[in-house]
Amino acid sequence: MSSVLHDYWAYFLVGQYPNGPLGGLALTLLLGVSAVTLALPFGVLLGLARLSPWRALRWPVMALVYVVRGSPLLMVVFWAYFFMPGSSGRGNSQFATMLAALVVFNGAYLAEIVRSGLEALPRGQLEAARSLGLGYLQAMRHVVLPQALRNVLPSLVSQLVVTIKETSLGYIIGLTEFTFIATQVDSQLITHSTAVYTLVALTYFALCGGLSLLARRLDARSGPQAGPRPGGWAQARRAVPA
Amino acid sequence: MIEFREVSKRHGDTLVLDRVSLRIASGETVVVCGPSGSGKSTLLRTINRLEPINSGSILLEGQDIHGPSLGLDALRARVGFVFQGFNLFPHLTALQNCMLAPMHVLGLAPDAARARAMELLARMGLADRAAAWPAQLSGGQQQRVAIARALAMQPAVLLLDEPTSALDPEMVSEVLLVIRDLAHQGMTLVCVTHELGFAREVADRVVLIDAGRVVEVAPAASFFDHPAEERTRQFLAKLRSPFAQPTALEPAALHAKIS
Repeated sequence: MSSVLHDYWAYFLVGQYPNGPLGGLALTLLLGVSAVTLALPFGVLLGLARLSPWRALRWPVMALVYVVRGSPLLMVVFWAYFFMPGSSGRGNSQFATMLAALVVFNGAYLAEIVRSGLEALPRGQLEAARSLGLGYLQAMRHVVLPQALRNVLPSLVSQLVVTIKETSLGYIIGLTEFTFIATQVDSQLITHSTAVYTLVALTYFALCGGLSLLARRLDARSGPQAGPRPGGWAQARRAVPA
Repeated sequence: MIEFREVSKRHGDTLVLDRVSLRIASGETVVVCGPSGSGKSTLLRTINRLEPINSGSILLEGQDIHGPSLGLDALRARVGFVFQGFNLFPHLTALQNCMLAPMHVLGLAPDAARARAMELLARMGLADRAAAWPAQLSGGQQQRVAIARALAMQPAVLLLDEPTSALDPEMVSEVLLVIRDLAHQGMTLVCVTHELGFAREVADRVVLIDAGRVVEVAPAASFFDHPAEERTRQFLAKLRSPFAQPTALEPAALHAKIS
């Protein structure tokens, strides 16, 4: 494995950059961060729309969420690749294609997580906010969402970690992200598949495991603010029998 | 100030409010009582349109609350509501609970909102608890923060829906005393409660609701001492404890408890 790393580390990290398009781990990170950054607000908006008092908003979003959640991600990637206007056959557009697919796909899953958080909040919170004269959107923004999102934080984080992993499907449409680079290296070396794919596995594990760990830290640190559970969430979770 | 005109409301086949007519004057304290399920909470919740009505009209300062042209948020900003279960925002401190609406609805600057909130918390005897999270407060303290939060909007009327029903007995009096002080300061109050000792001392008038109908409206003293209606007599008799001590706090006992 060390010889593979020694000869190809730059290729794994950035692809052909600066002599060609950016690729490798850098592209994976760029795609992952962009997807998460866009999917989260998209998911929150979809989640809010799912519970909106306006039917014209609720129904199309419900249809979108059902269709997307009923399809494999690979299908959504192909759709984006073949049907998204201007997506195929142009320069670096695989990135935009993959980003769109990830945002729509994960947005739908995040929407359901957000919805569960919103529905689990006691009704009295919205009533109290509205009784003070706050409008629906103001009440959502200042009272309902901060509590709901906090309550579903663990589910949100795991969905975001899934999003990072799913960037590897970009390989299918020729996006030169980390997995794609690994297949290239593997076909050049022919005899080092175990080393190459062990490296790939370890890298994804470090990336996603690190994120989960970070999220758990943040979660535990938010204890004092959590109010209802003095001692923090970590303690509250431990108290639940396994 | 508030006028119910033949207000009816139904849930499916059940008539929750049946042609209720009632006038509440400015500065008046009205206690609404009645058996559970009688519609008294619903009556209160129609005043800030937490519940829609099917027919009739409710006027607040001459304005039709359930009329089509009314700005709902503007109405609610003028009607304070205190819930049985407090409904404080658990992600905000006591102080922030009282600052949120004045800042975002009235457009107060943070400093002005903070000053107003601190003054109200001090009036509630909670100046030293301003930075506490709701979960760190006792039930009685939480309800007093909820009252301060409602008052921070400087409402024309304060509605209280069983404000002491969710409290441990030893915390009931601290909340009732705060409400009594508000009544004495001339605040218009409509309070649904089972604390008949409180009603007798603080209320100007008492309303008995049963099966969605107004059975009797009378000044507090005559309501308790000479009820006109047989239904009122039955209701009052049922509230009396089967044991020697009365269940509701008598005014004398209330005072003894505080001092």
